[in-house]
Amino acid sequence: MKEKFVKLAHGSGGVEMHELVEKLIISRVEKKRVEGGLGIDFPDDGALIPMGDGRYLVISTDSYTVNPPFFPGGNIGTLAAAGSINDVLMMGGTPLAALDAVVVEEGFPVEDLSTLLGSMIEVFRSENVAVIGGDFKVMPKGAVDKVIINTTVLGVTRTPIIDVPKEGDKIIVSGHVGDHGAVILLLQMGLGERVEELEKGYLKSDVRPLTKLMLPLVDKYAGHIRAARDPTRGGLAGVLNEWARAAGKVVVLDEARVPMRRPVKDYAEMLGVDPLYLASEGAAVLSVDPSVAEEVVDYMKSLGFGDASIVGEVRSSEKYKGYVLLRSTIGGYRILEPPSGDLVPRIC
Amino acid sequence: MDSRLVIESVFRENRELAYQLRDYIVRMLEKLQERWGSPPRLKVMDFCGTHEWTITHYGIRSLLPKNLELVAGPGCPVCVTPSHEIEAAIRLALDGITVYTYGDSYRLRTVKPVRGAFSLAEARALGGSVKVVTSIYDAIFDAERHGKPSVFLGIGFETVAPGYAHVLLGHLMPKNLHLLSLVRLTPPAMFYSLGMLREKPPEPPVMGVIAPGHVSTITGAKAWVPVAETFGIPVVVAGFEPIDVMMAIALILRQLLQGRAEVEIEYKRAVTFDGDLRAQAAISRAFQVVDAAWRGIGFLPRSGYEIREEYSEHDARKAYGIPSMKVEDWRKDIPPGCKCAEVVLGKAKPTDCPLFLKRCSPSTPYGPCMVSIEGTCAIWARFGEGGLTEEMAKELGLLRPEGR
Repeated sequence: MKEKFVKLAHGSGGVEMHELVEKLIISRVEKKRVEGGLGIDFPDDGALIPMGDGRYLVISTDSYTVNPPFFPGGNIGTLAAAGSINDVLMMGGTPLAALDAVVVEEGFPVEDLSTLLGSMIEVFRSENVAVIGGDFKVMPKGAVDKVIINTTVLGVTRTPIIDVPKEGDKIIVSGHVGDHGAVILLLQMGLGERVEELEKGYLKSDVRPLTKLMLPLVDKYAGHIRAARDPTRGGLAGVLNEWARAAGKVVVLDEARVPMRRPVKDYAEMLGVDPLYLASEGAAVLSVDPSVAEEVVDYMKSLGFGDASIVGEVRSSEKYKGYVLLRSTIGGYRILEPPSGDLVPRIC
Repeated sequence: MDSRLVIESVFRENRELAYQLRDYIVRMLEKLQERWGSPPRLKVMDFCGTHEWTITHYGIRSLLPKNLELVAGPGCPVCVTPSHEIEAAIRLALDGITVYTYGDSYRLRTVKPVRGAFSLAEARALGGSVKVVTSIYDAIFDAERHGKPSVFLGIGFETVAPGYAHVLLGHLMPKNLHLLSLVRLTPPAMFYSLGMLREKPPEPPVMGVIAPGHVSTITGAKAWVPVAETFGIPVVVAGFEPIDVMMAIALILRQLLQGRAEVEIEYKRAVTFDGDLRAQAAISRAFQVVDAAWRGIGFLPRSGYEIREEYSEHDARKAYGIPSMKVEDWRKDIPPGCKCAEVVLGKAKPTDCPLFLKRCSPSTPYGPCMVSIEGTCAIWARFGEGGLTEEMAKELGLLRPEGR
C-alpha cells in the first residue's frame, strides 16, 4: 500500500477514497450481495435485497460528521435524517424505518444535543419514517469532535433504480447545485460571519428530504429513469464521473445549463474551488430515457422543483470511455475530472 | 443582480459572441496567409496564470484553429513564490504566530516539509494558527481583536501593492501584526521570458502577448510599451473572462495584419494607459524595488518590492528576523527531472515533460507547476488540455470537422 496513514483526502468521496475502500473492504469481502440483490461491489446509494414477492428491501447507511454541526439551513441532525432518506429514494425506494447511532463528546451541551436530535426526529416524523432503534455512545473529551451521527434507513420498492446510464440518455438535475458545499466551505474557511448572503439568508444549505420529488417521479417514470443520485460529496462532477466510469460512456455536460446560485458561483470562484464539485443535500441528478426527458422536467417543475433542467447527455465512443466532457459557457470543451484531494473535509 | 455582474456575464456566458470571434480569428488567419504567402503558424503568449486558467477552463483552445497556439507564461504569483518563503511562514505558524494568507497560497506546497508540514494548510492541521483572508484589511480587523502576534503573507503582483502601501503609509496595522512582502513585479518577468525565447526562438515563433489585466489597472498599459518596442510584437492588455481573451487574440491578429506592434487595451472597462497614478505614487513611497527570487527561474533584477526603512516597524522580516534571500543563496527550488521552470517561461508545454501525468499528477504532484490550480501543469492535467479534450470532442462529433 502506497499510503502509510489515512489522510482527510481518503474521506472526501473522491479517487483516494474509492481506492482505499476497494483495497481494504470490497476486495476482501467474499459474499458481496444477497442472491438476486445489489451489494457492496456496485457503486450506488444503497443495497437491495429481494423480498421474494417482487419487491426489494432498500437499505442505506451513512455516518454524518459535518463540521460545524450547526449551519445556516440546518444542522447535523437534519442532515443525518434527510441524507439517508435521500439515499433510499435514489434507489427508487419508499423510506419506511430508520435506525440512528449517536456518538457524542464528553462535555457537549445537552441543550445543543437536544436541538440536533430534535431536528433529526422532526425530519423522520414529517416524512413518515419510523425510528425503530439505535445506539448512543459518549467518548472522552477530545476523543471525538463534538458529535457524529450514523443513520440507516430502510425502504421498499418494486422498481429499483440501479444506476446504469444508457447511450442517448439525458442528464437532468432537480435544481440549484452546490449550496450545501458552498455554505460549509465558507464556514470552515472562517468566513461565515462575513458573508452577507449567509447573514441575510440568501445562501443556506439546501438540506432536505426529496420524498415529494422522488416518490411521484418513480411512480410515474420507473424504467425510464436509468440512474438517480443525490450529488453530495464530490458534487455533480463526482456523480457524472462515477456514472461515466461505471457505464463506460462519455457524459457531455453543458455548463451553461447547470442551475447554480450566483453567490455559490462567486464564492467558489473567490476560494478557487470549482462549484461543480460542491455538495448538494437537497438535489437529485437523473439519467433519463431521452423520449421522456422533457416531460420528466415538466413534471419535476409541477412538483415544485422549478429550476429542474436537462444539463447534458450520455454519449458512446469506441476510443474514450469513462470521461465527463464539459461544454463551457462559450462553447469550448474541457475534461471535468473526478473529484480528488480534500476539497472540503467533513462536509456531511 | 448588480450591474458589475451583468457586465461580467456578457463576457463569460456568451456563446454567440464567442463563435463570432472564432470566425473573425479564422478570417484574420486566412488574410495573413494571403499576405505572407504561406499558411501562418504562430504562438501567442498568455502571460497570466489566470488567463491560462480561463483558456483551459472555457476550452478556448478547442475553439481555435490548429495553427494558432497559446503558450502560458510566468504570471502566477503563487507558483513563483520561492519555497523557502512559504517554509518561513509555516515555521511562524507552528511557533504559534497567526499567519494570514489568501485561499490559494494556503494550499501552496513547499519543496521540503517544515516539522511535517508541506503547506500552510498542513501546518494548520498540525495545530498551527493559519487563517484564510481575502485582504490585508481582514487581517488587521482580526489581529486587532485578538491582539496576538500575527503575520500577513503578502503574496501577489502589482495588483496587491496599493493596498499594502495604503496600510503602511497610514500606519493602519496594529503593533501585533506585521507584513511579509513577497510582492513580485510582472514586466521584468515578461522581459525575461521573451528574452529567453528570443535567444532560442521556438517554432512557431511568439508573435503576440496577452498582457495581465489586473496588474495593468495599477501600472497602466504603459508598463508594456518597452515590451512591444523591444520585441516588435503586439501586446494586448486583456480582461479575464473568456470573451476578453478571444478579443485579445483577435486584436493581436489584426495588428499583425496591419503591420503594427503596439500596446493595445482590450480591457477598457478597467484599464487606462497611465494606470492608477495615486496608487503608483503610494507604492513608491512605501516600497523600494529590489532584485528578487522567482521560484524555478532565479533572481530577476528589480522585480520585487521590499518595505522601505521608514515603515520597517511593520516589516515581518525585521520583527521575526526572516532574511531576504541573497543571489548566492538561491538554489533552483524545483525537483530534478521536472520541467516546471521551462513551462513557466513558455519554453515547454506540460505535455512535453516526461513526468506529466505519470510520476507527476494533481493527486501526487512532483513539481510546483502541478501543485497550485494556477500552475500551468495542474490546469492542463485537470482539464485535459494538450489534445485529449479536442480529440474526444471531435470523436463524438461535437466539433466542426476542421478541428475548430
